[in-house]
Amino acid sequence: MANILELSNVTKTFRGGVVAVDDISLDISEGEFLTMLGPSGCGKTTTLRMIGGFEYPDSGSILLDGQDVTDNPPYRRPVNMMFQDFALFPHMSSAENIGYGLKIAGVSRGEIEERVKRMLDLIELPDMGARLPSQLSIGQRQRIALARALINNPRVLLLDEPMSALDAKLKETMQIELRHIHDRIGITFIMVTHDQTESMIMSDRIIVMHAGRIEQIGSATELYDHPKSAYVAEFLGTSNMIPATVSKDGSSLMARAGDLSIAVDDDGSGIVEGSVRSLFIRPEKIRLLGDGGVAYDGASVFTGKVKELFFSGNAVRIDLDVGADRPLMVHHQLDTGLEQAGLPMVGESATCSVRPETVRLFDIAEVAAVEAEGVGA
Amino acid sequence: MAVTSMNGVGLRKRPLDMGTTGLGVAAMCVLAFLYLPIITLIIFSFNSSSITRLPLESFTLDWYVKALSNNDLMTAVWNSVLVGSAAVVICLAIGIPTALALDRYDFPGKTVFRRLVILPITLPGLITGVSMLTFFRSVDIQLTIWTVIIGHGTALTAIVVTNVFARLQRFDRRIEEASADLGATPLMTFWYVTLPNIRAAIIGSAMISFTLSFDELPVTFFLTGRDNTLPMYIWSVIRRGITPEINAIGTIIVVVSILLILISVLLMHSDNQKAGPVKP
Repeated sequence: MANILELSNVTKTFRGGVVAVDDISLDISEGEFLTMLGPSGCGKTTTLRMIGGFEYPDSGSILLDGQDVTDNPPYRRPVNMMFQDFALFPHMSSAENIGYGLKIAGVSRGEIEERVKRMLDLIELPDMGARLPSQLSIGQRQRIALARALINNPRVLLLDEPMSALDAKLKETMQIELRHIHDRIGITFIMVTHDQTESMIMSDRIIVMHAGRIEQIGSATELYDHPKSAYVAEFLGTSNMIPATVSKDGSSLMARAGDLSIAVDDDGSGIVEGSVRSLFIRPEKIRLLGDGGVAYDGASVFTGKVKELFFSGNAVRIDLDVGADRPLMVHHQLDTGLEQAGLPMVGESATCSVRPETVRLFDIAEVAAVEAEGVGA
Repeated sequence: MAVTSMNGVGLRKRPLDMGTTGLGVAAMCVLAFLYLPIITLIIFSFNSSSITRLPLESFTLDWYVKALSNNDLMTAVWNSVLVGSAAVVICLAIGIPTALALDRYDFPGKTVFRRLVILPITLPGLITGVSMLTFFRSVDIQLTIWTVIIGHGTALTAIVVTNVFARLQRFDRRIEEASADLGATPLMTFWYVTLPNIRAAIIGSAMISFTLSFDELPVTFFLTGRDNTLPMYIWSVIRRGITPEINAIGTIIVVVSILLILISVLLMHSDNQKAGPVKP
């Protein structure tokens, strides 16, 4: 697919010398759903606003369909935005809000009416055209904002934290519905969010941003299962990061910490034998080997003592004392009631296994820096 | 919720205590203090006696006929309307852009500029009048009704600036961004989005400016040529004693003012309903 949008070496510094976006380059292909993910202040919103034309980069360029739009104002680029908290015009009805872009473009009144009606059908609010924004629920306002941003058939739709105003239940519904609308109309979506679950559910590709830079780009599975940095590993999902000493065992690496002795796939990054690294294990990748449980072939098996149990309805979190610097977190999905699950009690020992391709080693200083920043905490 | 009070819950009657009664009496006194003079004016405008004094004699509309056929008086009224309207136009033409500049742009000396723009409203009319008179004299400008208009415009611009500025401060700038995003040029955005949302502040401050201009005396006194405004006329006539004619014209003005206030309240109310907080 052709690139619809190209950002090259885009940098933006705000007054006071804060570098919001630091030399970002990015290609976005037509029709994709791309999400910029990161904590507040990582530069994701500034990047989105530069694509929309609300901020201008200090250097670098933005090409839309091969045309340089870097310095074009918002009203001279075929890109529309769905704003955080929606920014609906309070003095206009829903229909007037939706039809605003067409009115500005000089479209005839009859055609506006027609197209607004179709939009109202698309967002499943056919009878809400006459209402003022203040008379609508939050979910309805969000749909109106979406319709208003789509009616001009933008080349790219920008979504700035579209779900932040919604409560948890509505959020889940709308995430899937927005994804469906994207698939149906085929317009390129670029979304900004700080919610990692949302980004993984909705997008084709995710950009994890950190301090104005791109940390990693990839699909949800690439980022979650193969994070390139400790930052990405900590930001998406939860993880154990346990200091461990590395040794070579034939072709594979062994990481040892307390009673743990875990095989790790060597990614060829030249890890020195005897060095101390952070052992990264996702809590749900650890399998409890209860009565008759069998480890995968090649998986490392270890035993720990149950320190604490946390029941959260569909799963249990078990903190295991494995003699390392910190306890090892295990997530166990429950396919039975808690009593039937046959889980070890506090103080009892538990045997577990973990597969070598699901664990990684990160630089210990890098992990310390990420943890000091409070990412994922 | 409204439903509970409809069912009568919460409407339970409480016996009147001393405090409540006292409060009611106090409120009546305040209202009397505020409105008794105006009511007196209205009553005497229908009284057939040519002296404003009790007891009342018979009912008459003569004073209205006289007032409306008094050429000097009517000229003064129209002059006041002209001065007020023109001053309002000046106030809006200067005040709205000033408020926008103060709200949106950073420029050197902004704080000083804001204070200076607001200052004339705190200056006594006497000072404004004398200083403008000196100025007009020094640049050799004849005193006419236009110098009065400029004087009023100067003194009252601050009202528009403060009101519109206050509204702009509460204004959600992202709806302007949304408008630009949907293809509107800055001018279109101002017309379709900004203006409708600050309309109430503009109408309100225009009405206040008009009212203040309409009964302004000191600045007018110094700056007028041969033309009289209504307050000037009343002032000159009253020295020979209050005539019921003045009461009649006063009553007409009170009625017109109330009408204007009602209209503006209605306009602002519909505005506020629409501009009601669209909060998530």
